[in-house]
This record gives sequence, C-alpha cells and structure tokens, in this order.
Amino acid sequence: MSEPTALASAAEPAGVIHDIGYHRYDGPRRGRGYVAGSLYVHSLRTAFGLGRSAKAKIFPWLIVGITGLVAAVLVAIRAQTGLVPLTYAQFAEAMSWLVIFFVAVAAPELVSRDLRSGVLPLYFSRPMSRPDYPLAKLAALITAVWLLLGGPQLLMFIGAAFTVNGGLRAVWDELLDLLPSLLYAGLWAVVFASVGLVIASLTGKRAFANGGIVAVFLMTTPVVGVLSVLPSRTVNELAYLAAPSTLVTGVGSWLFHDLVATEGEGSIRIGDFGPVYAAVAGALVATCVLLLLARYRKVAQS
Amino acid sequence: MALIATQSLSKTYGGRVTALAELTVAVEPGIIGLVGANGAGKSTFIKILLGLLEPTAGAVRVLDLDPVTDPVAVRARVGYMPEHDCLPPDLSAAEFVTHLGRMSGLPRTVARERASEALRHVGLYEERYRQIGGYSTGMKQRVKLAQALVHDPDLLLLDEPTNGLDPAGRDAMLTLVQRIGTEFGISVLVCSHLLGEVERICDTLVAIDAGRLLRSARVATMTSATDVLAVEVTEGVEALAARLANLGLQARRDGRQLLVPLSGPDPDAAYDLILAAVADLDLPLHRLEQRRHAVAELFADREVAHV
Repeated sequence: MSEPTALASAAEPAGVIHDIGYHRYDGPRRGRGYVAGSLYVHSLRTAFGLGRSAKAKIFPWLIVGITGLVAAVLVAIRAQTGLVPLTYAQFAEAMSWLVIFFVAVAAPELVSRDLRSGVLPLYFSRPMSRPDYPLAKLAALITAVWLLLGGPQLLMFIGAAFTVNGGLRAVWDELLDLLPSLLYAGLWAVVFASVGLVIASLTGKRAFANGGIVAVFLMTTPVVGVLSVLPSRTVNELAYLAAPSTLVTGVGSWLFHDLVATEGEGSIRIGDFGPVYAAVAGALVATCVLLLLARYRKVAQS
Repeated sequence: MALIATQSLSKTYGGRVTALAELTVAVEPGIIGLVGANGAGKSTFIKILLGLLEPTAGAVRVLDLDPVTDPVAVRARVGYMPEHDCLPPDLSAAEFVTHLGRMSGLPRTVARERASEALRHVGLYEERYRQIGGYSTGMKQRVKLAQALVHDPDLLLLDEPTNGLDPAGRDAMLTLVQRIGTEFGISVLVCSHLLGEVERICDTLVAIDAGRLLRSARVATMTSATDVLAVEVTEGVEALAARLANLGLQARRDGRQLLVPLSGPDPDAAYDLILAAVADLDLPLHRLEQRRHAVAELFADREVAHV
C-alpha cells in the first residue's frame, strides 16, 4: 500500500517539489445548454465505442461495417447493371434487424452502465436539470441510429450521383429520393431508440438489457404474423401496429408511399389507416419519453 | 453571509418517515462537520442542499442561493462526493474527471487541465491514466474527491469521505480535507457518523439525531470551555480525589480515571497541582492527558444552540 504515503506527502505543506499549490478558477463557466450538449456528444461517442476500450468498439463497428458493405454492394450492382435492388427507404427497412441489434447493444452502454456503476449521483449533482440526462442520452441514441442508417444512404446517393445517366437533372431526382428516406431513417431512429432506452434504463445489468430489448422487438413480430392472417380485413390492416418495426414501416408507407412500398409478397397493406399508424407511433414515442423522465425522477432522488 | 442557512427545514417521506424535523441552523464558511448516527438525516440534508430533494416544509439557502428554486445555480458552485461507489470501472481517472469537469460547465481544455490538477492535489499522479477498476479503495476515494473538486467549487459536500479506509488512509483523507478547507479556501461540509474523526479538522460542528438538531457550535468555543485532564493512577484513586478536592479541583470519577475540568484563570496550574498531589501521595501515575472527547460529551445532552 503505497498510496497513503503518497497522499500524505501530497498533503504536506508547500515545499514538496510537485506541490505547486491550488489555483482558484475564475474563467468562464458554461451553462446548462453546454453541459447537456457535452453529455450528448459524450454519449454519441460512447454509442460507437469511441473513447472506450477496443472491446466496446467491436460490435458497433461490426454493424457499421455491414451496413456500409451492403450500401457499397448496392452501389456496385447499380453501377454495373443499372438495376436498383433497394431504394434508399427500403434499405433502411432491410437493415431493421441490424438496427435492433445496434440498439440492443448501444442503449445499455449508454444508460445501464451508469446505473450499475452508481455514477448517476455525480451527474445529478451537476449544473443541469433532471430531465437533461435522459433527454441527452435519448438524443444521442437517436442520432447514432440515424447515422447508422443515413450514412450508408448517403454513400448510395454519392455512388448513384456518379453513375446515373441523365446529368444534373437525374442527380436532382436522386436527391429528392434521398431526402425523404433520410427522414424515414429518422423515424426508425426515434422509435427504436425510445423503446430501447426505456428498457435499458430499467436495469443496471447490461446482459438483461441486451436481452430485454431484443426480446421486445422480436417477440412482437409473431403477433403481427398472427393478426395479419386473421379473416378480417380491418384486423389485417391494423396488424402491423403490434410490432415497432412494422409500425414504422406502416407510417413510412403512408408518408412516403412510393418510396417504401415494395411490390408483391413482402409489402404491408395498411389500407386507409395511415393516420392511425402515425398517431400510434407518436403515442409510443411520447409514452417512452414520459417513462424515461419518470424513471430518472425516481433515480435522481434515491 | 451564512454559508448554509436553514429555517425549520423538514422532510418526510410519504408523509410517514421523518428524515428531517424543524431543522434550523446557520453556519459560516469554513470546515463544518455534520455528525449523526446512520439514518440521522445527513444524506437527506445533503440532497436538499443540492436541490435533488424538495423539503416538505421550511426554507434553505446555500451560498445565498435557494436550491429549491434555483438548483442549477447551486450545483454549479458546489462539489459533491457521495458516500457509495460511484465510479465507472472501465474509464481512467483522468478521462472520467475531465468528463465530469465539462459536466460542471468547464470548457474542454480547461476541464482537462483542471482534472489533472485536481487529481494531483488528491495525490494521484501517473496512476490517473489507468482504469479505475484496478484502483484500491483509497485511490477510489481520492478520485471521488477529485471529481468534486475539479470545477473549483465554493462549497464541498463530502458524505462519509473516510468510508472503507484503513486508519492511515483515514488520517490522510482528513488531512487532505483540512488542507482543502484552509489552504485552498474552499468551504467543506463533512458528514460523518464518527464525531472523534471530524472534530479535529472542523471549525464548526453540527450534530443531528433522528432529523433534529442536537447542537451547532464553533469548535473553539466548545473545547476551550470544557477541556478536561484525565488522571489515571493504578491505586489510591479515592485518596487522590480527596486531595484534589482539598486543593479546589472538582475531580469526577470515571472508572479508574479522574477527570479534572480545566477551567479558571490559569488552566496550566492544574497540571502542577495534580502532579504535586500524586507525588505527595506517592501514587503510581499511569497517565495524565488532556482529553478532547469533551465535544462528544457536549453533544450527549440535547441542548440546542446556534452559532
């Protein structure tokens, strides 16, 4: 045990060579916005394992690698054959499994870790308001998922812009396809991040949080399967409300119809219930945010 | 300006459990010891000061700010060291304290500079680049202190800072706290359930029990009035007591010891009188020492006073 002596020597009055005395700080102190912003940036980096150990980087970057690779392959196919296997929006949808896994790993990394190490009292005793912590974490996770989907979409756009025939006009059309798709990716990000973060905030055990998130997203899918084969058209058209991923697809096919809807088998039919899907998605996100705030009101006081 | 002032501060949980009851206290800047048994309401008091809990009734001011209406402003000027483990094992102390410096509103580069400075002041040098998970309890306590210090607060709230430390570590921690209070010019509120531990570094002591104020006073006023000499002789305690009574010293029997209050115009004279008496009676003197446990005895009676 050398540290008590090290401490003792540090605590001795001036004259020790490394002791240059304490300096008061009278420089700028930033306000609540800066503090919440710093937490947001820190959390966004954490979601991708930046500033963390190599082990924490493996999974997020594996998923980033896969999505990037898929986008690159799509670009190559289009450049070589002129076919468009997946539109930008369909790409976001095709990646939904990866998004689920990404959220299942990133959300516990953002909140369960802090719960487990008991670090929260240190955050809540700092100059920010109580809702700032969960909201900064949520914003960071939404941004991370959006970057995960939007980055490859941008890659596909750049690839298309260089290979498409028809000059600037075609590039412009391409951009008009991209922008709503980025919005669609944002919709995925908001819904998945909100649900995932609420689940992760309930436990300090990362493994439970990982499993819980995957379970909630995957267990709801069979429900959709069952409902969509029931002999009632209305039930069929409302069936996709039951799972977060089909819910998002439903909202997407209502908002950006021709971009999202695929022909044939895999397509989902929601009839005239588009506004219902949007309302349910909105209510789901709002509920998740309220749950998060309530959860951290309790945590801050304990 | 009072550092901390409360007026009939009360906190009940769920309307049934009383954590603080009608606590009225005002303390001046300096090192303040907040003592009380576990569950006396110390942690509740700290959380109210930080604006994390709202009092059920009463008013509170910290650094002349109201933590109920303006908690963010209070927290910007206060550093808090919690009692329990609160460090992530997989970050280095340097990274962690830097991050929390920014969380206190320090610009990025300033946060990094002040983090290494704070860690140096608590005695962590090259170790600060290692992951906290590998630290000893003593080192972890010092990281906790450094994160409370990183933004140069005007008031430090330390909840049981010596928790889990060995005697040498306790002494070092208390010396460090004392140095922060005197040399650094930062007021410190130290919570402890061990009065003997904090009384030696504090200017002011506030004792609470079951959420009620027992006593709050400057240490100097308490000890000067009440220091006692403990005389321990292996035999002839009665004879010595009688002799001292004749000399005008009101000795009190406490087991095998005699406690002689050090009062009067010339306290030092008591030493000479006692030594002379012991020599006259030819008693085997075992110990003669000035006791500072007097403060503890003061807190035993439930007298309420204000600084």
